[in-house]
Amino acid sequence: MSVTPDLECRGINKSFGQFQAVNDVSFSIPAGSFFSILGPSGCGKTSLLRMLAGFSEPDSGEILIKGKSVKGIPPNKRPVNMVFQHLALFPMMNVGDNIAYGLKRRKVSAQEQQRRVADVLERIGLPGIEKKSIDQLSGGQKQRVAIARCLILEPALLLLDEPLGALDLKLREQMKIELKTLQQTFGTTFVYITHDQSEAMVMSDQVAVMNHGRFEQVGSPQTLYYQPETPFVAGFVGNNNRLSGQVIKTAKDFIQVSTESGHIFHTSSSSILETNTAVEMFLRPEAIHIDRDSDKSWQNTMKGRIDNILFDGGNSQLLVRDTASPTQMTVALPQTGKYQKLRQGEIIKLGWNAEQSIAFKAG
Amino acid sequence: MLKLTGKNLSFYLLLMPLLLTLGLLIVLPQLDMLGVSLRERISYGEYKFSFLHYTEFFTEPLYWNTFLRTAVMSIMATLLTLLIAFPIAWYIAKVAQGKNKKLLFLACLIPFWVSELVRTYGWMILLRESGIISGFLQWSGLSSGPVELLYNDITVMTGLIYASMLFMVVPLVSTLEGMDDSLVEAAYDLGASTFTVIRSIILPYAMPGVISGCIVVFMLTLGNYLTPTLLGGKHSLWFTEQIFTQFITRFNWEQGAAFGVLLLTLSSLLVWTGLKLSGQSFKQAVAS
Repeated sequence: MSVTPDLECRGINKSFGQFQAVNDVSFSIPAGSFFSILGPSGCGKTSLLRMLAGFSEPDSGEILIKGKSVKGIPPNKRPVNMVFQHLALFPMMNVGDNIAYGLKRRKVSAQEQQRRVADVLERIGLPGIEKKSIDQLSGGQKQRVAIARCLILEPALLLLDEPLGALDLKLREQMKIELKTLQQTFGTTFVYITHDQSEAMVMSDQVAVMNHGRFEQVGSPQTLYYQPETPFVAGFVGNNNRLSGQVIKTAKDFIQVSTESGHIFHTSSSSILETNTAVEMFLRPEAIHIDRDSDKSWQNTMKGRIDNILFDGGNSQLLVRDTASPTQMTVALPQTGKYQKLRQGEIIKLGWNAEQSIAFKAG
Repeated sequence: MLKLTGKNLSFYLLLMPLLLTLGLLIVLPQLDMLGVSLRERISYGEYKFSFLHYTEFFTEPLYWNTFLRTAVMSIMATLLTLLIAFPIAWYIAKVAQGKNKKLLFLACLIPFWVSELVRTYGWMILLRESGIISGFLQWSGLSSGPVELLYNDITVMTGLIYASMLFMVVPLVSTLEGMDDSLVEAAYDLGASTFTVIRSIILPYAMPGVISGCIVVFMLTLGNYLTPTLLGGKHSLWFTEQIFTQFITRFNWEQGAAFGVLLLTLSSLLVWTGLKLSGQSFKQAVAS
């Protein structure tokens, strides 16, 4: 049985003068999922979102919402609502009037408006704040009110334009979880755009990584992390050490790469690569083991001197400089107590297996 | 008891020029004006307290008719100025970019480089019987004889709006510039039509600017003397002309002072009503 997706885009293009902001983007989002579009600023994600909302029309291609083309339908007639980057709550209205704004436009009776506003406030965990003015709310509360103002209209899609950008770190962490919970309780399809990979990874069912107007890869956060399809995705999602080199030998499961720093590493590859192909190898800091006593055998090893210890609690990292070359590697430092005695300048052995790194043909 | 030392003292010293200006140039003359208006001349240098000049105003239809006419025309001029200035202000604040924005602002300001008197004479050169427009109409055959465009209410209204435009545009631009564009987009996204967006979002947001612009324009118009006199001629019947006549022509300072007090009362009353009707406070309007 095929279910109509909530949103389907077919070959969307959009240019501003000479600049192609969105380049042949196609995707579909199943009903009730949390979909993120992740990309650096200027990658075209905002242009794409504005086309979904109806603030601009694609030059070519088709947008279907719940199976119906929305070509030429203005934003006020689309079954889509948007949470703006700076939320755009109306400062001259109180919370209740802000949330009821859309219902009022639909000529819902005053009594019904009141009931539904109270209901939605209950669901976002802020009951009874109808009479408060907007500037009496905290950042997180504003966030939730802005979302409630859209969700009360029961849109087919809720578009979110980096709404967490303005919040401080602690609140942002908390709001990530809340947004995910809200999405699950309301069951509305969320399309979330962000440049912050952690936001996209934590909340989304599916993430599209966008670069230069194109979708590089669409997949679950796990897929993007473990099986990146392009060097851009490997570099953008999560942290990665990047090593350049050349293929010197190919085998069934892995290839051997001779790096510019003079090492020979075993690695997996994204596609079948011929020998002598120039490649870029990506290795996650958290995939590297720190080996002090060297009784374990790894497919790849490297000796290095600790340049710096970047202590950041659970996200602590070591900057390790190869003893034989100027290559610097970032290595995750697990806070299990085992490595507490590591000191700057110490020589350590790093080890990892072939399947933990991935090589791409250098572009 | 106030202790005038250090910081405190310098604060009061700095405040002095303002207090002196307000006191000497505004409060004192107005109080004196009130005093003059409440006396009746019996003989040379001899006065008694009386409401004569106020009763005179209410019993002489010409006086209070002029008074009412001035008030109504000023309100109309204010509203028309608002109507014309709003789209202009919107364009300057939201549509024009960079250099154009500055140029447009400058264009609003340029007429004020010329004195009001000269500007009004400019209108007369255009509009009088032997003026440019009349000449053009005759030359093009649209009119067989000279056309007098001066000395009617429409011309007076045009002149008043022209003279007030800047004072409406400036506060409107400054409030509209502070508005986040996404408010408009959000309202539109939530289902509002263009008209509803203007009524429910843009106007309420711009209200402090609207009110402060209206107050300034209304007061300037009500107290304008040159424009109605020159463009409206002797039939313009503007209340400031009555005041001028009493003071200068008739040398009846008591009557003129009574008119002055009445005009002040009228403008205060109308501004207060306007604020009450729009639900704005004077503080908000002044702050914008």
